[in-house]
Formats: sequence, structure tokens, C-alpha cells
Amino acid sequence: MHIVVCVKQVPDTKVIKINPKTNTLDRRGVPSIINPYDAHAVQEAVHLKRQHGGKVSVLSMGPPQATAVIKKSIEIGADEGYLISDRAFAGADTLATSYALTKALEKISKTSPIDMVFCGKHAIDGDTGQVGPGIAKRLDIPPITNISAITKVTKDYVELQRKLQDGYAHIRSTLPCLITIEKEINEIEYAPFPNMLKAVNYQPVVWSIDHLEDVDRKQLGLKGSPTVVGKMFAPPKQEGGHRLEGTPEEQVVQLVEVLKEKQYLFHFNKG
Amino acid sequence: MSEEHRGIWVFAEVIDGAIAGVSLELLGAGRELADKLDVPLAGVLLGENITHLSEQLIPYGADEVYIIDDPVLKDYRTEPFLAGMGKLARMYVPEIILYGATPNGKDIASAIATDLKTGLTADCTMLGVDIENRLLEASRPAFGGNIMATILCKKHRPQMATVRPKVMKALQPDPARKGMVLKEKLEMKEAEIRTKVLEIIKGPGKSVDLEGADVIVCGGKGMGDEQAFQLIHQLADTIGASVGGTRDAVEARWISHDHQVGQTGETVTPKIYFAIGVSGAIQHTVGMKNSELIIAINKDPDAPIFDVATYGIVGDARETVPVMIKAFEELLRENEVISHA
Ligand SMILES: Cc1cc2nc3c(=O)[nH]c(=O)nc-3n(C[C@H](O)[C@H](O)[C@H](O)COP(=O)(O)OP(=O)(O)OC[C@H]3O[C@@H](n4cnc5c(N)ncnc54)[C@H](O)[C@@H]3O)c2cc1C
Ligand SMILES: Cc1cc2nc3c(=O)[nH]c(=O)nc-3n(C[C@H](O)[C@H](O)[C@H](O)COP(=O)(O)OP(=O)(O)OC[C@H]3O[C@@H](n4cnc5c(N)ncnc54)[C@H](O)[C@@H]3O)c2cc1C
Repeated sequence: MHIVVCVKQVPDTKVIKINPKTNTLDRRGVPSIINPYDAHAVQEAVHLKRQHGGKVSVLSMGPPQATAVIKKSIEIGADEGYLISDRAFAGADTLATSYALTKALEKISKTSPIDMVFCGKHAIDGDTGQVGPGIAKRLDIPPITNISAITKVTKDYVELQRKLQDGYAHIRSTLPCLITIEKEINEIEYAPFPNMLKAVNYQPVVWSIDHLEDVDRKQLGLKGSPTVVGKMFAPPKQEGGHRLEGTPEEQVVQLVEVLKEKQYLFHFNKG
Repeated sequence: MSEEHRGIWVFAEVIDGAIAGVSLELLGAGRELADKLDVPLAGVLLGENITHLSEQLIPYGADEVYIIDDPVLKDYRTEPFLAGMGKLARMYVPEIILYGATPNGKDIASAIATDLKTGLTADCTMLGVDIENRLLEASRPAFGGNIMATILCKKHRPQMATVRPKVMKALQPDPARKGMVLKEKLEMKEAEIRTKVLEIIKGPGKSVDLEGADVIVCGGKGMGDEQAFQLIHQLADTIGASVGGTRDAVEARWISHDHQVGQTGETVTPKIYFAIGVSGAIQHTVGMKNSELIIAINKDPDAPIFDVATYGIVGDARETVPVMIKAFEELLRENEVISHA
């Protein structure tokens, strides 16, 4: 079983700062991390490899620094990593991103056919969740999104639990297929020491656009992106309301009065 | 891109045999765009035995309903839905397509965008239109909600967006509205489809009903400790409310993640929302600011939660909440006496 996991390097949105004057992202001092969903995807692929044998590869598109997320994946237990890095890829929206990643996947599969592609449910920076289904469409394999459990794996098909708005669907798909991973699928394990050693010195295979085959440059990067970011602005401020005044008792009395007056009390104790 | 792209479509998602709330909301938003651009608004309905549901779409604002009613569309799967939507979009060339940002809506929209080689804006919370250039202005929170970005798709058609549930408003249904229904066929056999839905299990993932709650009491990190957080439960029990929590309260393990309200939790729109010891970070308020009445208790008079609150109480929640519980208990007892009298 050969699984390829797409891993993206993202700024840690927990510590992100926005310049209030320009409404742009202040990247200074913001650490870059592996997209958390992608880390769970690598972990899940490693679990499957332990049970069923095979190989886990990871693929990332980004600047040379994105090597860090490939090293992180090797720590978790991936066997090999590919980084596609070229100025021509820069400024890609999801359509152009799925195109570039698909070209790399096609190249990888020439030497080592792919049974499953894993993506994260979404990346925490762009946050669209559109890249996975885009790759699947381009590779002409079925996408199954929002996977919270892989319940069965054979050489011809997989059974999956797909999270819905109000429950789960149990799905069977032929292989190859592409799935996108939810965090609840597993817990990231502590990296075994040998993996950490391997990761330190690991150098991924790096491909520029010239290494990829049959590439239509017009579909790459900014040029190949139908969407453009127009303006950035601060989220609309909501209008504040009434401040109640006085001691806690007095404020609560006022509150009860307005709830009565506005006939909101009948919502209480309905359920 | 050609001049012939015309009309605004809404992907009408079917859940449990009825049109999803978000699709009705999108008809409301779509109606406004369609009137501005002077084009018809259509609902697109795919499924098995769903033809009658067109009767739900027209009263909510659709001028047209496109239908493919076929057994292979029984439960949502990307392959047959993509084939159906792709066929309709190529035949009738709409200018704009809107989808709910639900698991299935996002899935189908992403696949179609790649199929039609067009742009797709994700998870929008605001929609506008540049009438002169016929451009959809789809705005979405970015970088963890710290900023809004307007995304445009200038040269490709259709322009597409997924839109968060519960941010647009559905119209009051007008049963007298008339519309046109168009049916198409899907030439796809079950045997060609590579995925099978073995079973659908309703609800076990969500033991907490935040989405349907009329009243929510949400506690934040300001409660101080797990014991004081019990006051949140007590208040909720007193008035029959559901309990919510901020991410920080969840991370402190005072409450489980399925109670979390906000960007990475639930989006809720109850009649009454109590935010207690909640600072009002944007990632929290995106999930609750459309509640009808918001009551905040915070000891910091400058806390941002007061910017979204209808009524604000400045004070220590550990003192105020017990007073509130007592007041509501008395009130409800009085009401009971009155209603039994
Ligand atoms: C503020 C802002 C708003 C944006 N809005 C949109 C928008 O509405 N529509 C749009 O088309 N683009 C948008 N983009 C561009 C988008 O973020 C980039 O195209 C990005 O390359 C991929 O999208 P994503 O981050 O949403 O990934 P997702 O689709 O959320 O990522 C899902 C998975 O795909 C894989 N993946 C994604 N990118 C890579 C990568 N570089 N290398 C390896 N694997 C990867 C990972 O497995 C990841 O978990 C926006 C960008 C910004 C900064
Ligand atoms: C990508 C991303 C996603 C996120 N998603 C979510 C999400 O889905 N939901 C969410 O909630 N957050 C989310 N967050 C976190 C969010 O930014 C805030 O950190 C979080 O909402 C703060 O929680 P809080 O209000 O409970 O805590 P704090 O910000 O610590 O606020 C505590 C408040 O309580 C007040 N207080 C203290 N003591 C008392 C007292 N005795 N009586 C009354 N008031 C008191 C304080 O004045 C303060 O205003 C997200 C963040 C990121 C970066």
C-alpha cells in the first residue's frame, strides 16, 4: 500500500498578528508549522503502514523552508518526502494549487503507483478545504471528504466513516481514492527516537517546474488562479447595546424587567 | 468567459427529505443579487424522489428550479452529484452559483470548480455585487477571523462561493410565488460509481444540541475554575438552556469540545445568548453574534463582548450569576403560579 500525504506549511494562526493600519498579515515572529490536520493525516498513514505494510510518502508545495514540514512528517513516521518549489507556483489559489500538486503526484506514481492520497480537512491559513477534492477530480479518483475513521482496508477497497452535519456516513470506496482527514481520527504519538534522528538529516526530493512533465504554465501560480484577493478589511464591528448599572442585584432586576417587557421569558424552560 | 452566462443558482441541499436551512438562506441572499443584476434566480435540486421539493424553493424566492431526480443521487456522493451539476452548469451556463458551506456543499463546490476550471471562494459571510462589472464580491474571514478578505473571480464563469450557514437571512415564504420547473436526466449507472454509501448514522456525533437551542448559556475562561463553571450549568438548568463554552474553557477541560461555540466550534443563533466571563474574541463572536438577544457579564468594562451584547452587566460573574439564578427561579415559580391559577 502506497499512501501519499499532502502536507502544507502554515503560519500558526494562534499567534497571528494583523497590522491594524494596513490590514495585512504581520509575519514577523510568527512561527511556521505543519498544518495540524496534515499531521493527523501523516499519523493515520503511518498507522495503516504498520498494519498493512507499504510506504508513506509526503508531498508539499512551498518555498525551500517548507522542508521543515517534510522533516516533521518523517519524525511522525513517513518514509520519504517531495517538495515542489518554484517561483512559478507562487500566488496560487486552490485551483492552481491542486494543478501543481496533481502534476507532482502523477510523477511520483510513475515509479511507485499510489493507492491513496490523504489531505487535511482544510489548511488553517487559507482554510478552504478545496484542494483535496480538486486533486481528486484532476486524478479522476473518488474524493471522500471529512473522514473521522478508516474502518477497513483491503487491497481493492477501503471503508470509511465520513462526518456529516448531523451524524456519520459509512462509505466504501474502490482504490485508488483521495480522502481528507478530520483531527478526531487519531492522536499524534510521540515521535520514536530513531525517526527523530532520521528527520534531522533528512533531505527531501526537491522538484522545480522543469522536473514535472506536461505542465501547462498558464495553469500555475498567480496566472493560473481565477480568484484574486480584492480588499482586506477589519471585521465589521457590531453595535454595542445597553450597559446595566448598579449592584449585581440591581442589574439583575433591570435585566429581568427588560426580558419580561420584551416577552423573552417564554423561551425559558421550553425544552 | 462569455456573455451568455446568465442567472444566479443556489445548490439546494436536501437533508432528511427537506431543503436544508442554509439553502433557503441562500435563496434570500441570491434574490437580492438577482434583482440587482436583473437576472433570474434558480434552485438546483439533485436527489431521489425530490421533485416535489421544488414547491419549497419557489416560495423562498426561486424563479426557476432545475431538477435531476435519479436513484443514483439518493445519498450524497461526489461522483454522481458532480456529473449532475456539471451537466446542468454546462447546459444552462449560470453566472453565479452559491452553495452552503456544509460538508456536502463544500465537497460538491470544490469538485465543480475544478471541473469547470473556475474560481471558488470558501466560507463567505458577506456577499455583495459590483453591478457595473457584474462581479460577485464574496467576503470571508481569514487568518483565524482576524481579518476579512473580499475575493473576486474576474475572468472566469460561473463565479462560485460557499456561504456559512446562519449568516444570510431567508425570506418569508410567499406561497403565491410562481416559478418554472425544468427536469433533466443523468446518464450514469450505479455500477459506474466507485463509492457506495453503506449506512448513514444520524446524530451520535452530537450529543449536545446547540444548533437547535432557543437559549444558550455560554461560559468562558473568566469563570476562573471548574467549580465556578458549575454556575453556568446551574443557570442553564434553571431556565432550560443549552450550555456553551469558549475555546479557552474547552482547553481548560471545564467542558467538552462539542459545546464549543465559535469559528472552530458551532455557529449558533438562539433567541437568547448569555456570554459569561467571555472576552468576546472575534473567533468566538463569529459563532454567536447573530443571536437575537445577547446578554454579557464581564468584570472588564472594556471587554469586546460588550460591543456585540444587547445588554451588558459589568461585574464579577461569581457574584452575579447566583443572583440571576435566584431571580429566574423566583420568576419562573411566579409564572407557574399564574398559569395554574
Ligand atoms: C486570506 C486568503 C483567502 C483566500 N481565499 C481563497 C478562496 O476563497 N478561494 C481560493 O481558491 N483560494 C483562496 N486563497 C488561496 C489559498 O489559501 C491557497 O490557494 C492555498 O494554496 C491552498 O488553499 P488552502 O490553504 O485553503 O488549502 P485547503 O484546501 O484548505 O487545504 C486542504 C489540504 O490540501 C493540502 N494542501 C493545500 N495546500 C498545500 C500545499 N501547498 N502543499 C501540500 N499540500 C497542500 C493539504 O493536505 C491541506 O490539508 C486564499 C488565501 C488567503 C491568504
Ligand atoms: C484559529 C482560531 C480559532 C479559534 N476558535 C475559537 C472558537 O471556536 N471559539 C472560541 O471561543 N474561541 C476560539 N478561539 C480562541 C479565541 O481567540 C479566544 O482566545 C477565546 O475565545 C477566549 O476565550 P475566553 O473568552 O473564555 O477567555 P479570555 O479571553 O481569557 O476571557 C476571559 C474574560 O473573562 C473576564 N473575567 C475574568 N474574571 C471574571 C469574573 N470573575 N467575572 C466576570 N468576568 C470575568 C475577563 O475580563 C475576560 O474578558 C480561536 C482562536 C484561533 C486563533
